[in-house]
Amino acid sequence: MAKLSSTYENIQEHWHALTDKKYFWPLFMIAGIAFCMAASTFEFLDLYLQLILIYVGINIILTVSLNLINGYMGEFSVGHAGFMAIGAYIASLLTVHVFPPTAQNLLFPLAILAGGLGAALVGFLVAIPSFKTRGDYLAIVTLAFCMIVKSVLENIDAVGGPRGLLGMEKLTTLPWVFFWTALSVWVIRNLVYSNFGRGVLSIREDEIASDLMSVNTRQVKIIAFVVSSFFAGIAGGLFAHALQFINPRMFDILKSTDILIMVYLGGIASISGSIIGAVIYTILLEILRPLGVWRMVLMPLMLVLLMIYRPRGIMGMREARLFTPLRDFVTEKLWRQKKKEAGDATP
Amino acid sequence: MPLLEIQKLTHRFAGLCAVSDFNLAVEPHELIGVIGPNGAGKTTVFNLITGVYRASEGSIKLDGLELVGLTPHQITRSGIARTFQNIRLFKELSVLDNVRIAHYGQIAYTPAEALLHIGRFRAEERRITNQALDLLSIFKLDEMAGEKAKNLPYGLQRRLEIARALATEPKLLLLDEPAAGMNPNEIIQLMDFIGWIRKTFSVTIILIEHQMRLVMGICERLVVLDFGATIATGRCSDIQNNPKVLEAYLGEEVAI
Repeated sequence: MAKLSSTYENIQEHWHALTDKKYFWPLFMIAGIAFCMAASTFEFLDLYLQLILIYVGINIILTVSLNLINGYMGEFSVGHAGFMAIGAYIASLLTVHVFPPTAQNLLFPLAILAGGLGAALVGFLVAIPSFKTRGDYLAIVTLAFCMIVKSVLENIDAVGGPRGLLGMEKLTTLPWVFFWTALSVWVIRNLVYSNFGRGVLSIREDEIASDLMSVNTRQVKIIAFVVSSFFAGIAGGLFAHALQFINPRMFDILKSTDILIMVYLGGIASISGSIIGAVIYTILLEILRPLGVWRMVLMPLMLVLLMIYRPRGIMGMREARLFTPLRDFVTEKLWRQKKKEAGDATP
Repeated sequence: MPLLEIQKLTHRFAGLCAVSDFNLAVEPHELIGVIGPNGAGKTTVFNLITGVYRASEGSIKLDGLELVGLTPHQITRSGIARTFQNIRLFKELSVLDNVRIAHYGQIAYTPAEALLHIGRFRAEERRITNQALDLLSIFKLDEMAGEKAKNLPYGLQRRLEIARALATEPKLLLLDEPAAGMNPNEIIQLMDFIGWIRKTFSVTIILIEHQMRLVMGICERLVVLDFGATIATGRCSDIQNNPKVLEAYLGEEVAI
């Protein structure tokens, strides 16, 4: 047994040494995109499976980005679907009405990026009330924001009003989803392990103390909201071009609730948790599809049980080693070693 | 020229005058004690200096810079750091992160560099991590660097809070009842510790304490507050026999 566990530790060490290499992440990106391209051109994954993977990717982006606000910063935002709607509509309007039909594939990333930037701009505006309101009150503000976005979209005939917008080509392919998902995970992980990210965490812990420790809390909140809504907009654009049809009702409070469930299922303040939450929730909904209406009984029941037995979600406040930078890990390891030595010395 | 100059500082909470006409000039490297019974307005003075409350009237100047109207983080960056009466660490974060957050005002990278981990990011992160670990080792907390702050014993939490305050590189350190919850032995150690901090980091210290006899040992000057008003200032020995101070602490003398 001892040998087995030491082998396991050895593998773990090697794996960590590998993931800490400077070129690991770029290579991982290239390999992943290559795999996804092969999968979508040679179709060794069938189309249904590809579609599920696309939804898994989009949900990961949404969950990771909302976790930045609800998990890391400890605020309660329910307006994520609103940002998603803005991204979806901007990207769709660009591909349907602005870009020439011949260059759709080429310009698709630009459309998605524009959707993200549009959502980020609105995120900047929503950050302002968060300077003054916290907790339940910020939830009300973001709820109102979500409703405003929906009603505005329903009343503009140029974007189809309540009927919605269609005519998008199926531009969201597996490689693109992989690219944007990996990018969002990477960027948010980078933010969390910087001093700005520590600022976000300190706001959750104690906002006044954080301000008194020289953290510019306004700046931190703006950064968190802008980054979070940017990726929600990206996810919206991808969603619109996967479904090829959007209407304002898709982005109501229920959509926000879905994302919230994934965040709290996976665990707050954890990137690996967000990924696990999004994957489990999306796949479970698909697996349980044959149950019909009973699906909506079983899923909430599972959530209730989860909250009883794991109130902080699957990975709440913990992080997989894969996502922590080496220097943070080394200090933790040194500390554990010293603690172990001290423990050995006492008896 | 005094390091900190407070003139006619007054603060009212909806009619209640928490601090009235508070004046204080602190010279560099001084150690000053602010004492007074519970509810005298000592912590309010700290909250006014650090910008948690905005003063109703008066001026607070650090090295000639007017602090009234600045936000707390601007005041901290200008060189004032504080600890809290009830410890306010970032409980769920590691000891190291608690100290690294206090470097927020000194980091030279932009948010864009942080998002992509490019440019000055790596060098700066290494610098603040090393600085934080050095500071922790001075305070003998480096072995705990990976531990969550909430798991530290009470005494170490107090120590970590002082370390975190010093990480902002202050000229003036405000300690709000550092001896709260300590036994007489620990208090004697603490007094040595505070003197040592003043020498090692060459900071000026203002100390709040409501147990008068504790501050007598180390403070050069005392300010006594009662119901928001300054009732006495001066050397420890003068304060000890001041009838007004005795009255505030023990109650009025009554002829029997």
